[in-house]
Amino acid sequence: MKIGVVVFPGSNCELDTQHVLQNLLGQEVKMLWHQQRDLDGSDVIILPGGFSYGDYLRTGAIARFSPIMESVIEFAAKGKPVLGICNGFQILMECGLLPGALVTNGSLKFISDDVIVKVEAGNSIYTSKYDHSQLLKMPIAHIGGSFFADDDTLAEIESDDRVAFRYCDAEGNANSESNPNASIGNIAGIYNKKGNVLGLMPHPERASESVLGSTDGLGLFESLILSN
Amino acid sequence: MIRAEVIVTLKDGILDPEGKTITGALGGVGIEGIKEIGTGKYFHIQLSTNNLEKARSSTEAVCEKLLSNPVIEKYTYKIIEE
Repeated sequence: MKIGVVVFPGSNCELDTQHVLQNLLGQEVKMLWHQQRDLDGSDVIILPGGFSYGDYLRTGAIARFSPIMESVIEFAAKGKPVLGICNGFQILMECGLLPGALVTNGSLKFISDDVIVKVEAGNSIYTSKYDHSQLLKMPIAHIGGSFFADDDTLAEIESDDRVAFRYCDAEGNANSESNPNASIGNIAGIYNKKGNVLGLMPHPERASESVLGSTDGLGLFESLILSN
Repeated sequence: MIRAEVIVTLKDGILDPEGKTITGALGGVGIEGIKEIGTGKYFHIQLSTNNLEKARSSTEAVCEKLLSNPVIEKYTYKIIEE
């Protein structure tokens, strides 16, 4: 499988993502510069974490106008997998591939910590290796990761079963104490309608080797490879 | 010459943690008579057209497409002829 990782000025998780997919999972990874339009025959596109364009204006607001994003939007429209991690999630929302918005954490603080999330919508192309309601430990590292959607949008996401991951405690309870950034509904990740586009704030690529404290993120990439 | 001034603020009901924190500091500042302070962004734009209508439509377009995120923000603008 050929995986294209888009690099924007200010991306900083592209090499971690490449390392996991290439060195741990044996996949072919291509770095795609944001100024190009060609996706180089990629089967999957990943928008990695980082601080594209210094988070100027709003997170992801400027990156979404990069030339490559037109091709990514077309690629997603064909039902191909597009995964956005952290800043990648923010870019997917700014360009309209995912609904809602990500705003400043309720605490106003940059949070760099391990969190627990629950796998909500089982059996997607991104979660087939997990059990429904499985708890995963993954790190977050952001200041603008508080999920927001208006009431109608939120109701639609919930009723369509499009919440991918929810922040929770070690017992699986999603409540305000287990909500690190004041996200509505403790939402940590969502799918688009077709289920081929996923955005999430936690970093699965930083939770894929035991030396880093968790391998819970690896299943997401393994699921994606299995689906292709 | 035409220029524009744009102010982007969060929509009602969207948490403004920065504004809340500033409001919380009011007691320590010792100024009375203020109920709440909210935050926003200010942009000044130099238009390259002398046509007022064109200036207005360009300003609205940049507000809609780039300067604000309609999911969470609203904007106001002023066109200024000099």
